[in-house]
Amino acid sequence: MSDHVTLWLVIAGLALGSFGLRFVFLGLVGNRAMPEWLLRHLRYTAVAILPALVAPLVAWPAATGGEPDPARLGATFVTLGVGIATRNVFAGLVTGAATLFILMAWLG
Amino acid sequence: MTTTVKSAYWKGVREGAPFFFIVSPFALLFGVVATEAGLNILESLAFSVAVIAGAAQFTALQLLQDDAPAIIALVSALAVNLRMAMYSATLTPHLGAAPMWKRVFVAYFLVDQSFALSVGAYEKHRDWSMSQKLAYFFGVVTPICPFWYVFTVVGAMIGEAMPASLGLDFAMPITFIAMVAPMLRSLPHLAACFVAVTASLLLVALPLNLGLLAAGLLGMTARAAVEQWVARVKPGHVPQAKEAEA
Repeated sequence: MSDHVTLWLVIAGLALGSFGLRFVFLGLVGNRAMPEWLLRHLRYTAVAILPALVAPLVAWPAATGGEPDPARLGATFVTLGVGIATRNVFAGLVTGAATLFILMAWLG
Repeated sequence: MTTTVKSAYWKGVREGAPFFFIVSPFALLFGVVATEAGLNILESLAFSVAVIAGAAQFTALQLLQDDAPAIIALVSALAVNLRMAMYSATLTPHLGAAPMWKRVFVAYFLVDQSFALSVGAYEKHRDWSMSQKLAYFFGVVTPICPFWYVFTVVGAMIGEAMPASLGLDFAMPITFIAMVAPMLRSLPHLAACFVAVTASLLLVALPLNLGLLAAGLLGMTARAAVEQWVARVKPGHVPQAKEAEA
C-alpha cells in the first residue's frame, strides 16, 4: 500500500462510521421498538458482502497473475466444507490453511 | 460497587473469557496481514482501536490493497458492519435508559461477543437492575477487547519479521470463507451467498470495485425473497434470532 493518507482517511472514516452504527439506536432512538424487517436486513449484510468480496480473489488470485490456481481452489473448498460441517470458524481456518500449504508444496 | 453489581461484572468476565481464545488469533492474523499489506504497527493498531470488528477491518484492508478508492473501501467495510446497528437496536430496550456517557462506552464496545452474551443474559435475568446489566456488559468486554488491540500489535510485529512469500496473499480469503461458512445454515443464507458470489464474478469488470456493492445488494435481495418464500411454504418457521454473525 503506497498511499498512507488514503489509509488514514479510511481508518478515520471507519472509526466514525462504526461508532455511528453502534450508537445510532442506543444513543438516539431511546426505547422505541424497531420494525422486524429492518433488523433482519441489518443482521444479514455480512453473509452477502463477504462472499462477494472473496469470490474474485478465489477465482483470479493476484499472486498467480490472475490464473485460477488448484492450491487456492482446494483450500477454498476445504475451508468452506469444514466450516459448514463443524460450524466453527477456526476449524475451517486451520484446515484451509493446512490444505493450501500442502497443495502448494505438492504442486510446486 | 455493591455485591450484586460486582457479581454481575465477574459473571460477565467468566462468560466472556472463552472468547479470548477466538478473538486473539483473529487479531494476530489481522496484524500479520496488515503488515504484509504495507501498514506499520501504529497503523495496524489504529485500525483495531478504531473499528474493533474483524470482518470490517479485513474488508477495508483487502480493498485498500486492491487500490480501490477510499470511499469504496469505507462503504464496503461499513456495509459488513451494518449488523452493529441491529445489535444497537436490540440492546436499546435494555440499556437505552442508562446515562449518556455510559451508552457511549457501551456503543464503542458493542461487538459480536458482547452483544450475544449480554442479550442472552438480559433475557434470562429479567430482575437485573441497570447497574447489574451494565456491569455484566463491561465484564464480558474485559477479557475480549483489550486483547484485540494487544494481539494486533503482536501480529504486526510477527508480520514485520516474516518473509513475504508464504502464501499469505491467501490468508485473507481463507479468513473470509471461514467466517462465512458457519453462517450458511439456512436456505435464505445459501441464496444470499450464491447470488452474491455469482454476481460479483459477473460484475468484476465494473469500475471502482462497485461490483462488490452491487453483488452484496443482490445477495441481500435474494435472501429476503427466499426468506419470504420459506415463510409462505412453511408457516410458523421463524428464522433463528439470537445468534451473532461474524
